[in-house]
Amino acid sequence: MSQTVGATVSEETWTLRGYEMVVGLEVHVELATRTKLFSASPNRFGDEPNTNIDPVTLGLPGALPVLNRQAVELAMRLGLALDCTVQRSTFARKNYFYPDMPKAYQISQYDEPICVDGWLDLPGSIRVGIERAHLEEDTGKSTHVGGTGGRIHGSDFSLIDFNRAGVPLVEIVSRPDIRTPEQAKAYVSELRAILVAVGASDAKMEEGSMRVDANVSVRLPGAEFGTRCEIKNVNSVRSVGRAIEYEAQRQVAMLEAGESIRQETRHWDENDGRTHTLRSKEDADDYRYFQEPDLVVVDPDPEWIERVRWALPVLPAARRARLADATGQRADAEAILVVTDRDQDAYVLAVAGAGGDAGRALVHVKEAFAEQGERPSVPVADLAKLTRLEIDGKLTATQAKQVLAEIVANGGGDAEAIAASKGFEAMDTSELESKVDDAIAAQPEAWSKFCAGEAKAMGALVGAVMKASSGQADGKAVTALLETRRDIAIA
Amino acid sequence: MPTNSDRQGLPAGVADISWNVRNNVTSAADVLERHLAAIDAREGDIHAFNIVLADEARLRAAEIDEAVAAGRDPGPLAGVPIALKDNMCTRGIPTTCSSRILDGWRPPYDATVVTKLHEAGAIVVGKTNLDEFAMGSSTENSAFGATRNPRDITRVPGGSSGGSAAAVAAGFAAASLGSDTGGSIRQPAALCGVVGVKPTYGAVSRYGLVAFASSLDQIGPFANSVGDAALVLEAISGHDQMDSTSIRRGPFEVSRQLDMGVAGLRIGRIADLPEGASPDVAARLDEAFDALRDAGAEIVDVEVPAFGYGLTAYYLIAPAEASSNLARYDGVRFGHRVEAPDTNAMYMATRTDGFGAEVKRRIMLGTYALSAGYYDAYYGRALKVRRRIAADFAAAYASADVLLTPASPTVAFRLGDKTADPMSMYLCDTYTIPSNLTGDPAMSVPFGTGDDGLPVGIQILAPALEESRMFRTAAELERRAPK
Repeated sequence: MSQTVGATVSEETWTLRGYEMVVGLEVHVELATRTKLFSASPNRFGDEPNTNIDPVTLGLPGALPVLNRQAVELAMRLGLALDCTVQRSTFARKNYFYPDMPKAYQISQYDEPICVDGWLDLPGSIRVGIERAHLEEDTGKSTHVGGTGGRIHGSDFSLIDFNRAGVPLVEIVSRPDIRTPEQAKAYVSELRAILVAVGASDAKMEEGSMRVDANVSVRLPGAEFGTRCEIKNVNSVRSVGRAIEYEAQRQVAMLEAGESIRQETRHWDENDGRTHTLRSKEDADDYRYFQEPDLVVVDPDPEWIERVRWALPVLPAARRARLADATGQRADAEAILVVTDRDQDAYVLAVAGAGGDAGRALVHVKEAFAEQGERPSVPVADLAKLTRLEIDGKLTATQAKQVLAEIVANGGGDAEAIAASKGFEAMDTSELESKVDDAIAAQPEAWSKFCAGEAKAMGALVGAVMKASSGQADGKAVTALLETRRDIAIA
Repeated sequence: MPTNSDRQGLPAGVADISWNVRNNVTSAADVLERHLAAIDAREGDIHAFNIVLADEARLRAAEIDEAVAAGRDPGPLAGVPIALKDNMCTRGIPTTCSSRILDGWRPPYDATVVTKLHEAGAIVVGKTNLDEFAMGSSTENSAFGATRNPRDITRVPGGSSGGSAAAVAAGFAAASLGSDTGGSIRQPAALCGVVGVKPTYGAVSRYGLVAFASSLDQIGPFANSVGDAALVLEAISGHDQMDSTSIRRGPFEVSRQLDMGVAGLRIGRIADLPEGASPDVAARLDEAFDALRDAGAEIVDVEVPAFGYGLTAYYLIAPAEASSNLARYDGVRFGHRVEAPDTNAMYMATRTDGFGAEVKRRIMLGTYALSAGYYDAYYGRALKVRRRIAADFAAAYASADVLLTPASPTVAFRLGDKTADPMSMYLCDTYTIPSNLTGDPAMSVPFGTGDDGLPVGIQILAPALEESRMFRTAAELERRAPK
């Protein structure tokens, strides 16, 4: 297996004994509507069990579903954000018995989903196709008491909370375009960012408002797709990577041992880091889909679709590109990803707009603003001034960091005044050069090792300079001076 | 043999009761007591009701009388005693569908039609017997015993709304509501000698009607006259935002057109109508055409080639939907439960014990029709037939305004006659099923008698939302019916 760590998702590859993995993801997200998909009960997480219920939610005899317009609009928003086509759609009944499914059928879009044929670009240059995104209702939540592991088998009794029943879900089905665990993780992270950006969902995997199932198969490059297994219970971005990597390894091992892969649904166990058979294809229910006769066709008119399209916010990919442009970095650079994910990209651009340096602002926001939200407490002008002092050589990076710490602690402040109060003065180059020469003279052994190519030996020299300058010297400048002198010495 | 004379001494009907109560000529309480007395006298023989709501009805009558005394108008159905088929939800009152599976269940809400009846000033006197979950044509498939035909208690009242038809025929209520999925209002109306209407699909809200086959079910009225049926239909129709399939339009206004006659109307005779009507019924149908011709209508021949395929398509579509609609009776949240060691065993024990034979038969039929590998051959093909039938009717309506057929192939048959042979029972609905498949309105109006002096019903079919011309034709037949 070869895996390049730290590269962008477009560069790394995953292969094992010549096999590659083929992965498609099915992501369920709960829509952030006020009420449920087919009734007026609140769609709210964390309430007392069985308080957000009504005859429709409980599937009482005679109750009928009425489609929530806001849910349709949010589905359209996320579909358009994924460059899908919004089309005429219908609902079907998926019939199966389970205690937390009140009607014994789930109302779900089946052969005519609302959104089809889109794509999602991962940071880097990987494009993952979106086959469809369709609306459906969530089930209630069962809690199995007694027995082991919270499973229904062997439990003494079960409790059902119907608050979640009827909550609107969109299932987003990717094409099998994913080839590495890193791509899968990037897909989930990027999808999450888009869902949050368009206001379709809070997409919290830990609260179950975003749930990922992975279809995994392996093949020799260029061969037909292999038999796939569906992996359930993947509850974090990290698990997505671990689960599909484990599963692909398992399948390769089976093929190498001359066995064949059975199409089945498997359960990811976070604790032992393995997947386990849940049910084979032969045991799968026959869902007896047919068109839901209690609902009518959903056919958004073009005007409505266009209104939704125009109301879309700037999406994360475009925001990253904008930030990359302003800072001169790659769009998939770590700082760009982190800062955009924290919704602090607009702040960085505002600092630049106030006369600051975008590149330095990006670094400071990434390093020092992790605890701050979308709107950091430090006034834009204060950070702008700090970065200007750095660019003008009036503060070293190390000094700037200390000044910024005080600005953050006080929720603002004048960088120049703080620097003065700390006695920071930018050393001019000649002063720094003499300190570097002093260090070389004081440690001839370290110097000769450094010249012989031992990079580690540089640490002692830099340390001496920093000590001599009471920590005020710019580390980068010291390194540069040392390297220049070495190059001259060995030339 | 009991005859119409059984109803003597009761107020004539919906229109008269309402007028008298609104104008303080009669009290709602008095009207109600006379109906409750009729129930006391004959309900033991007939068994029209699963529950008689005498106490609730008396309270309601008092409210209406107080409203009138205070100068308020209780509404167009003021003081009218009405019976409800026991598959319509009533808040706090058992709603059984004549099935053990709903044992002990009391709905927390009223069906939209119940709310509308209440707002119109009607009084619900009780909930009527039916074939379990509305599956049947004789009201013999009830977990609580059969209902008998007030015209001859050795005969069935028809079904599945047999209790509602019998309640009106016996004078237990001035009108009643039934539901019609394949003829369940029109066939019992014909057999009991009353008027029964299946409105256009979507004209009356289904919210609170316990579903049998959602794409076919429709609520409609029974009454002793066409005019009374019109008044009840006006009160219960109109858009309801709780039912997505409800048509966006106001209530019907058919009453004022009842006297318009049929001059100039084109009445269609279906030349290729499937055979099966007994000679006595066929004779009344011929007379009905003659009567309408005499009244100035034009009789035209039309063809509806796919008419005869309705029955087979229906017995795939209706069970398919039913198999899904009835899956919720699983013992988990309400109704009957048979305890068992695990969930699947509990499901099986509960459903085995709670459902009757006909319901189980249809659940199995429908489950099969929707199964992987069989869908296309059965359910999928039935949907195609359904579209074909709709197209054939649309073509027929290009040359006819309404169509006439028998409502039932025969007059009321004897209890037990068809219970051993489901197919013979299914054939009762040959003439009524197509309008459920198309969603078009149809009604049965009494027109003379057939064998053994039992009532014959003529079915009038019309295009969607053309209830007005259907009612005009029915009113003319009523005026010209053989005495």
